Amino acid sequence: MQIDGSLIAYLEDLSCLTLSEDEKNRLTGDLEEILGGMARLGELDTGNVPERSHPFDDVNAFREDETLPPFDRELILKNAPNRRGDVFVAPKTVE
Amino acid sequence: MLNMSALKLSDAVRAKKLGVAEAVRAYLDKAAGNGHNAFLTVDGERALARAGAVQARLDAGELLSPLAGVPIALKDNITTAGVRTTCASKMLGGYVPVYNATVVEKLERAGLVVMGKLNMDEFAMGGSSETGAFGPVRNPWDVSRVAGGSSGGSAAAVAGGEIPIALGSDTGGSIRQPCSFCGVTGIKPTYGSVSRYGLIAYASSLDQIGPVGQSVEDCAALLSVISGPDEKDSTCVTGKAFDFGRDIPEKLDGFVIGLPRNYFGGGIDGAVRQAVLAAAEELEDAGGRVEEFEMPLMDYVIPAYYIIACAEASSNLSRYDGLKYGYRSASANTLSEVYRLSRSEGFGLEVKRRIMLGSFVLSSGYYDAYYKKALQTRALIKDAYDGLFKRFDMILSPVAPTTAYRLNENVDDPMKMYMGDIYTVSVNLAGLPAVSLPCGFDGKGLPVGFQLIGEAFSEKKLAAAAMAYQRRTDWHTKRPAGGEAV
Repeated sequence: MQIDGSLIAYLEDLSCLTLSEDEKNRLTGDLEEILGGMARLGELDTGNVPERSHPFDDVNAFREDETLPPFDRELILKNAPNRRGDVFVAPKTVE
Repeated sequence: MLNMSALKLSDAVRAKKLGVAEAVRAYLDKAAGNGHNAFLTVDGERALARAGAVQARLDAGELLSPLAGVPIALKDNITTAGVRTTCASKMLGGYVPVYNATVVEKLERAGLVVMGKLNMDEFAMGGSSETGAFGPVRNPWDVSRVAGGSSGGSAAAVAGGEIPIALGSDTGGSIRQPCSFCGVTGIKPTYGSVSRYGLIAYASSLDQIGPVGQSVEDCAALLSVISGPDEKDSTCVTGKAFDFGRDIPEKLDGFVIGLPRNYFGGGIDGAVRQAVLAAAEELEDAGGRVEEFEMPLMDYVIPAYYIIACAEASSNLSRYDGLKYGYRSASANTLSEVYRLSRSEGFGLEVKRRIMLGSFVLSSGYYDAYYKKALQTRALIKDAYDGLFKRFDMILSPVAPTTAYRLNENVDDPMKMYMGDIYTVSVNLAGLPAVSLPCGFDGKGLPVGFQLIGEAFSEKKLAAAAMAYQRRTDWHTKRPAGGEAV
């Protein structure tokens, strides 16, 4: 699989990352080699095999649907990098 | 003074031969040197306060667990209220959680004393504990070598005698392989037997918390404490905590142990092969019957694992946005820049590599060929194991193809690093339990480990075989120079 600059740029967008030139150079080669190895799965005949996204079929342990007090707002905001009063601060998104 | 297992240490505390604070102080002194960079945080003040509280409960006659009074340290992806939890990442360098992981609550109820947080690969992504933002963990047997990963801090701290017992987490071998590299014992429990609430997610369908200790007995005791249902984790499907009880058989008569002969072909070090095959003979002498077989799908486990793990990681790590908690770039002006720059400056290269791989395999046009194919391969691997456990009680295999390699030896070769997980990842894909045990040394004096893999929720059977092995051998009692327990 050929990894070029435009695919790296596309993956940066999908991943919400901006790589340095050095990182781009390293990851271009790495991704090419790793995805080449992953493509080996193409050898397997998996025609009618169902997809398994979880180790077991019995995947959910339900609990009673009860109303409980919510997490304290002050605690939620405690690790905010930037807050004002009781809200997170983010740059303006509308003009 | 305290050269004893975690269980014996608790016995001494409960018999009032030793104070809890005395035990904690001794380990705090030992950990203070931190010569292996195993600890990221040592929480002395809180540990001593907790020691006092545990002592008061013991003195009041409260019946605590067989590990009451024992100091413990946790891999730094396990959330601790009021104590920095970094995942060895700049992204969470200043993160102080406001809640405890369920396992931490269970440890505290059982009277263990959390003493600190342990180094690891960044976000548990790696097999050498070199990808973290706070320097590599060094192997106590040879400090120029890696401790393995991603729970390298947990294994190195136990091997180095800096803590009697620890918790790690295993997504693709991250408890078992560092235990093998450092000559200690670890259990990767069945998926869904230990709550993941408060375990900072890497790959949610694969991650499990498990014990790292000096022996299977210690690890089983700790697994009894941390396992069991939790209403805060809906994937924790177990009905009750493990009870290893006192009826563990001494002999293995009737146990059929599968030995995958294709695990011992090319690519495995001669010394590892020899030590692991000797372990199989030992279990045969203990009454087990060893039968060779061919492990199916061996060439496909690494691609399937890395596709699924990276896909889940790319989704899980999308929560780090620089807004709610974690690192925020000082040079970001727009919302888009807050996201992109915070993530780009906060994550290390291996994490970025895996997020990008995950984004790729989930992207339009590639999803079917990679992600869907990997999920189908996972089904084949699970089916293969189901078939094998109709023939065998357990499977015996190497943990890693080599012993601990030199620091920086593989950091620029991710594919080589990933191939080191060849014997461990399929266990996670199938959700199975496995125990990693020391079984010898190579010519350089580095530990070798093997693993016993069982069907889901067969921990008691695995513990029986592992205890039988450790009763007959003394590999698990060997310690590196300076690594004697305090």
